[in-house]
Amino acid sequence: MTEKKTDAAELARINGEIEEAITHEPSEQYLTFYVDKEEYGVDILSVQEIRGWEPATAIPNAPDYVKGVINLRGTVVPIIDLRRRFGIKQFDYSSVTVVIVVKVKAGNREKVMGIVVDAVSEVSNFDHSNIQAAPELTDNKNTAFVKGLGSTEESMVILLDINKLLSTDEDLDLSGIRQATPA
Amino acid sequence: MSIDLSQFHQVFFEESYEGLDAMESALLNLQPDNVDPETVNEIFRAAHSIKGGSGTFGFSGVADFTHVVETLLDEIRSGKRKITSETVDLFLKSVDCIRRMIQLLDAGKSCDIPEAKTLKAQYEDILERDEEPSSATDNISSDTATMIASSDADSLVKKWRIGFKPELDVLRTGNDPLRMFRELAELGALQVKADVSRVPQISTIDPEACYLSWQLELCADVSKSSIEEVFEWVIDECELTIEPLTDANNVTEALTEKSEPVPTQKVPESALNEPEPLTGSKTIVSVVGGVDVEPGVRNLVEKQATPDKSKVEVSSIRVGIDKVDSLINMVGELVITQSMLGELGRDFSMERLPKLLEGLDQLSQNTRELQESVMRIRMLPISFTFSRFPRLVHDLSRSMGKKIELKMLGEQTELDKTVMERIGDPLVHLVRNSLDHGIEQPEDRLKAGKSEVGTITLNAFHQSGSIVIQIIDDGAGLNKTKIMDKAVKNGLVAEGDSLPDEQIHDLIFKPGFSTADHISELSGRGVGMDVVRRNINELNGSVEVESVEGQGSTFTIRLPLTLAILDGQLIRVGDHVYILPLISIIESIQSFQGMVHRVVGGCDLLRLRNEYVPIIRLSDIFNIKPGVQEIEDGLLVVVEGDNMKVAIFVDDLEAQQQVVIKSLEENYKKVDGVSGATILGDGTVSLILDISGLIKLAGVQRNEYKLVSSDDGRAA
Repeated sequence: MTEKKTDAAELARINGEIEEAITHEPSEQYLTFYVDKEEYGVDILSVQEIRGWEPATAIPNAPDYVKGVINLRGTVVPIIDLRRRFGIKQFDYSSVTVVIVVKVKAGNREKVMGIVVDAVSEVSNFDHSNIQAAPELTDNKNTAFVKGLGSTEESMVILLDINKLLSTDEDLDLSGIRQATPA
Repeated sequence: MSIDLSQFHQVFFEESYEGLDAMESALLNLQPDNVDPETVNEIFRAAHSIKGGSGTFGFSGVADFTHVVETLLDEIRSGKRKITSETVDLFLKSVDCIRRMIQLLDAGKSCDIPEAKTLKAQYEDILERDEEPSSATDNISSDTATMIASSDADSLVKKWRIGFKPELDVLRTGNDPLRMFRELAELGALQVKADVSRVPQISTIDPEACYLSWQLELCADVSKSSIEEVFEWVIDECELTIEPLTDANNVTEALTEKSEPVPTQKVPESALNEPEPLTGSKTIVSVVGGVDVEPGVRNLVEKQATPDKSKVEVSSIRVGIDKVDSLINMVGELVITQSMLGELGRDFSMERLPKLLEGLDQLSQNTRELQESVMRIRMLPISFTFSRFPRLVHDLSRSMGKKIELKMLGEQTELDKTVMERIGDPLVHLVRNSLDHGIEQPEDRLKAGKSEVGTITLNAFHQSGSIVIQIIDDGAGLNKTKIMDKAVKNGLVAEGDSLPDEQIHDLIFKPGFSTADHISELSGRGVGMDVVRRNINELNGSVEVESVEGQGSTFTIRLPLTLAILDGQLIRVGDHVYILPLISIIESIQSFQGMVHRVVGGCDLLRLRNEYVPIIRLSDIFNIKPGVQEIEDGLLVVVEGDNMKVAIFVDDLEAQQQVVIKSLEENYKKVDGVSGATILGDGTVSLILDISGLIKLAGVQRNEYKLVSSDDGRAA
């Protein structure tokens, strides 16, 4: 699944889907993507666009998961590698590596950030009946970033709370995030 | 009445601030012994328009207060009263008081402040002493005397009957009878009766014309002139009769009797609604049909009672029309170039290449010009900042018993608004400093053979792409021995060291350095010159002092013209390109064997003429892969920041260019050693380095600098 092709046409299709979802349905829609074979989802309303990977300008002394900043039509946007954020070995980036540009609430402002994922999957609907609360593992505070677990017929999607995930509080170690979920 | 006045509040506030500034500067120009009538008029006009505006918008607190100010001003204007330094002080205090009230209103709060009451009482006190000074003055003309007499007689009258018959056009000229009546109602109990006899058939009615005329009864102990004042703006467009009524009871009775049988006339405000185009048709019908239009009135009242609370914080600038015009011209040219290029692109062949290149040239020129004009819009003359100083100097010199003349030069020098806002406080600090520590007491000045009056000069001018502001005083100058003693005591300088004058003078910018013998009201409260320097450094500027003992000091501030664009030097370290602000670069040198000394356990030092300058390796402090390892293979860029020199080791220098500063904090957060980011010509992001941040990151200590700054070079 991680090798899913994300060429330009595919990007255009998904961007179109996002736009449609934003304009039409206020329900619980999630953009799902893969990071190291696991499927994750983020609230579609927080997604601004999806773009291909392009080299970023490194930020001095930033944590290793911050790949740097890019120029997004005149604004300087930081790029965060989710694999590194979750403590997984980083992939070599290629032309099919995908960056999801998301809007994150930080205080009363909105920040724009990019997250690097292995591949984008689809836009799925989850209603309350098929979202379960994340199991609480007391020794692991990383579950705070997990909004819940969404289930489809064939698989399970870890739904992320993007605002908590990308808050610039770096002290939190996220490497245990996958163990927190019954994979 | 469907106009929401609150949308004009901001304009009123801004105008009032300007009016107050004008009043203030005129008051300061006023010489009690030689009064220029035009100056008094200017003050009066400013006060009058604030009063009128606040009345219109229903800020009665401001209006009432300004009214007494205006009354006294009017008496001065008419020569009835002499201006004294006491009254000037009172006026200055009132300006502060009104400004405070307007600031409160601006913040959406109530403008009731106790000092307004105190000042008002003082005014009434002065006004009450009316007779005494005027009779004492013998050069009063008989005209004025009679005028006083008549106005005194007027003031005995308690009731006034006012006949007001405006011309049809009165509404078109922007006058609102309702506002005037409201203003009258503030003077005392008011009864208004509308005369609808002029209203034509509904088919021929012009909704914008005012067909009404009014009879008003005002029960108030005011002079005729203050009633006339209300009608001041329409006096040429109406028939106005104002006559005193002696028997109050008769009047009120007569009025109630008359109005009772005719319900339409009982609600004059509803009739006032009539000429308004928007609600016009409805109310006209109501009036004609004799129906009470109470709802409309209530609506209006409600609207005024609940002003729009959703205040949006927008700061605005006034831009000269010539700047806007030139902008429009440039956009016009840009459009022409764009359409030319567009046409070229639709049908392009190789032989038209020269045409294309020419077009692109033109485009780049247009863009550059456009950029310059847009930047110019943000530029304001520095007089906006300077204007607060006459008052400051006036007040402070008085409280200290010093005689000081303030000269201001280059007030028209333009500066970016953001820079201007942030330079105000450091400037105030420096001027206070000159006043307090610089200029001596008059007797000391005479002893030193100087004129009794000290001079402080504020000078601003442009110099090679930056703006220079100087604060010059002809006072005592900096006391070198005192500074050295203090520095030795604080451990900044070793005992017995001799430093060149400039370095001694520079010590006053060190933290915790104050040579003031005693803490005065003005300075020595812990905010030192180090804060001034830090604030100025934050603006990418610098501050220096020159001083000759006994002759005075000159503080020179250098600032970039704008904060949005920076002249940058691109530098390369490994694969990374960074930008150094050009203003902080002193020189770039290639080092040779023997120029660099390695301090055990410390950083490398560069021997630069008589100084030792710490070397900062970006690859170390940024944890990046260096391109060049040996200092001899790269370049050293000597920069100054945070009051010290450091040499930054780079692989190479690249282009110099103007860069537009983008915030890194907007989407990420503050990064140590980096002040912002920019986008280079190829679309990639490059980081702008912050020298003082780099110094902190590198952990170069100040005391290290102290060692190397002494000439014998013990540090090596």
